[in-house]
Amino acid sequence: MSDKNDKKKTERRDFLFTATAAAGAVGVGAAVWPIIDQMNPDASVKALASTEVDISSVQPGQSLTVLWRGKPVFIKRRTDQEIQKAREVSLNDLKHPEKDEDRVQKPEWLVMLGVCTHLGCVPLTDKGDYNGWFCPCHGSHYDTSGRIRKGPAPTNMEVPKYQFVNNNTIKIG
Amino acid sequence: MSDHEYTPNSKFGKWFNDRLPLLSLVNHLTDYPTPKNLNYWWTFGGILTFCLITQIVTGLVLAMHYIAHIDHAFSSVEHIMRDVNYGWLIRYVHANGASMFFLAVYIHIFRALFYGSYKAPREIIWIIGIIIYLLMMAAAFMGYVLPWGQMSFWGATVITNLFSAIPLVGESITTWLWGGYSVDNPTLTRFFTLHYLIPFLILGLVVLHIWALHVPGNNNPVGIDIKKPSKDTVPFHPYIVIKDAFALLMFCILFAMFVFYSPNVLGHADNYIEANPLVTPAHIVPEWYLLPFYAILRSVPDKLMGVIAMLSAILILAALPWLDTSKIRSAVFRPLYKQFYWILVADVLILGYVGAMPAEGLYLLIARIGTIYYFAHFLIILPVLGLKEKTIPLPLSITEPVLGGSPNFAAARDKTEKIS
Amino acid sequence: MKNIIKYLTIIFLIFVPKSFAAENNAKFLETDWTFKGLFGKFDRASLQRGYQVYTEVCASCHSMKYLSYRNLAEKGGPEFSEAQAKAIAANFEVTDGPDSTGEMFTRPAKLSDKFVMPYANDEEAKSANGGAYPPDMSVLVKARKGGADYVYSLLLGYEDPPSGIKLDDGVYYNKYMYGNKIKMPAPLSDDLVEYSDGTKATQEQMAKDVVNFLMWSAEPHLETRHKTGFRVISYLIILTVLVYFTMKKIWSRVESKV
Repeated sequence: MSDKNDKKKTERRDFLFTATAAAGAVGVGAAVWPIIDQMNPDASVKALASTEVDISSVQPGQSLTVLWRGKPVFIKRRTDQEIQKAREVSLNDLKHPEKDEDRVQKPEWLVMLGVCTHLGCVPLTDKGDYNGWFCPCHGSHYDTSGRIRKGPAPTNMEVPKYQFVNNNTIKIG
Repeated sequence: MSDHEYTPNSKFGKWFNDRLPLLSLVNHLTDYPTPKNLNYWWTFGGILTFCLITQIVTGLVLAMHYIAHIDHAFSSVEHIMRDVNYGWLIRYVHANGASMFFLAVYIHIFRALFYGSYKAPREIIWIIGIIIYLLMMAAAFMGYVLPWGQMSFWGATVITNLFSAIPLVGESITTWLWGGYSVDNPTLTRFFTLHYLIPFLILGLVVLHIWALHVPGNNNPVGIDIKKPSKDTVPFHPYIVIKDAFALLMFCILFAMFVFYSPNVLGHADNYIEANPLVTPAHIVPEWYLLPFYAILRSVPDKLMGVIAMLSAILILAALPWLDTSKIRSAVFRPLYKQFYWILVADVLILGYVGAMPAEGLYLLIARIGTIYYFAHFLIILPVLGLKEKTIPLPLSITEPVLGGSPNFAAARDKTEKIS
Repeated sequence: MKNIIKYLTIIFLIFVPKSFAAENNAKFLETDWTFKGLFGKFDRASLQRGYQVYTEVCASCHSMKYLSYRNLAEKGGPEFSEAQAKAIAANFEVTDGPDSTGEMFTRPAKLSDKFVMPYANDEEAKSANGGAYPPDMSVLVKARKGGADYVYSLLLGYEDPPSGIKLDDGVYYNKYMYGNKIKMPAPLSDDLVEYSDGTKATQEQMAKDVVNFLMWSAEPHLETRHKTGFRVISYLIILTVLVYFTMKKIWSRVESKV
């Protein structure tokens, strides 16, 4: 047998081994995916997307907490004073600059996820240095627009997708 | 455990291995000298390991979505089948996986019976195997209860009632098993707990099974002792690994046919009806892999004796290394035993068949004859045969029957020695 | 290699036909199901008609408690548009609550709601049907030996009882029913429903459509299963061939047969 032949044979063998190993690896990868994906939200969870809330009984200065996707949503009917306070802050003073106008659809109604952006606790309403919300877990202070002003939380409280079905009803999600 | 001293090449490897000889273990497993004449019946050990891991992994996944409560069990299974991402796939793999597991274990057991793998010095491997088999049956039975269908409920009722056959304490034991006065919520939750536990016990026993195997080494189709490592052996990796992989893939094709094209064919339609304690299905039949024992149970007209017969049918296997008096392992060299072996295979298949039929008339008669023959095989035929049978002379080494003294013999030996 | 194939074939032959044979001991009526076979799929139009038969005929007694209205719009099913499915759901009233005053209230059903059941509980269902409980139909096809063929045959199997068999009031004779006695009166008759797609509503057509629908409801992922199965098995065969040649190559180093 010549050297050339030998080399050719080795190459063919190496190719076969590589192809087999690669094909095997692809199969293992494909078999693992269902086992990972099964932990993602299932079809019945995804279907429960929206909640409708009746807000007719909420007086100015009061707030309402409802459950949506397993998390609290704060619906606050703000007083003129609170709105004014939220709007006169300079964006430069904010850790996460956002205009109050961009966070509400109607200035009177602030709708946001009641979840502290630090580690997920529920902040207390009308508390803290800015008379907005205060998170008791690690001391984050939010203002009357739900924006982070002081403490470890990195961002403002999140505003979910919502719409006013009519003057008395909000549909969240 | 290692057959030769192993020293890792790298400095870190050596440092680590001196403290925890993990590398030595890996080296032992890859270099492990295996008889080179093993046929495909020997690949089922690897296939069974695959089955066990598949059942554990899919089972863990199902347990994340299943609810062990009589009001929610059935609907949580439907939830898995309908809503959970890939839930239908995972459940069908788990349900059919149980059948595939038993198919493989039966081939594994009958391979051992044919080639005398249970004989000295491998008795402990064999007995651990029997314990694993018993635990598999327990796990399969309790797993079948969990979907809380009609067969789940009535199967559980019938099997737990077996214990009531025990004199004096039978009733109390059954009540204790149930945690009530019938199969009910407490029964379901404890079955779920045990169903979750048993696979890990099996896993531990499998480690012992393999450990005990690696002491004397594999038996082989010729059934004679071989020197290891020698020209009769090949290292486990890559020779046996690739061969096992090939057989496993063939097995997976069969497995996939069931999962994707007839996932419910091995199950029973009644189990898609939610459990109802007021209505018993017309035919109560266990899963196919328990049918031969079910036939033995029903063939005895007395309640207690039936239960004893069924249990003995399994436990008698543990005494097999001592009941079989022949010194020759492989049936290849035992012409008479070989014939009785195939009769036993047929007997077990027939018992399985009549186990699925109503216990009356001709079926009952066949079941009785089959049961008697089953015990006769182990208690009479095997001990006598070992003493009387005229066997074929054994070859001196496995190379001899494989190569048959061909002119290539010397060349082949040189080649093998170079590799091992 | 040859041997292994032989053994696997034998194993397969032992198990599969036996189970099939067991399910087909009664001679069921035959029809051409599109969901059978290697690439079996549902006939969408038939599923949509089948849903119509279910709501207009079966649903007055039989629940389908594991189905949700959203399923009607999901892939692999009847595939109504989302708007259609929403409109279907809105026809049903569900109880929800409690509201802020603690009262329960009713509202039109949404996509996420389960199919509304005809009776509040099993006891009501039984008493309204002369003591016979109309079984839930979500997984009915899988819960009967013979599956789709059986249910199809049963729907068309009503006959006058042979002489010598006496039937009590409210009991009917059916050729395919276990024991031949059934408490459900013949549910289908020609032109019982009016199909919007112009298909003629013969008994056979309605039976076929509704059984198609029931097959889908019992096995909603059947199409994905067949598609995935074909891919998985093709892949396994290719890998098996590759591994076979790899094995041959490796074992060629020792002169021993594999």
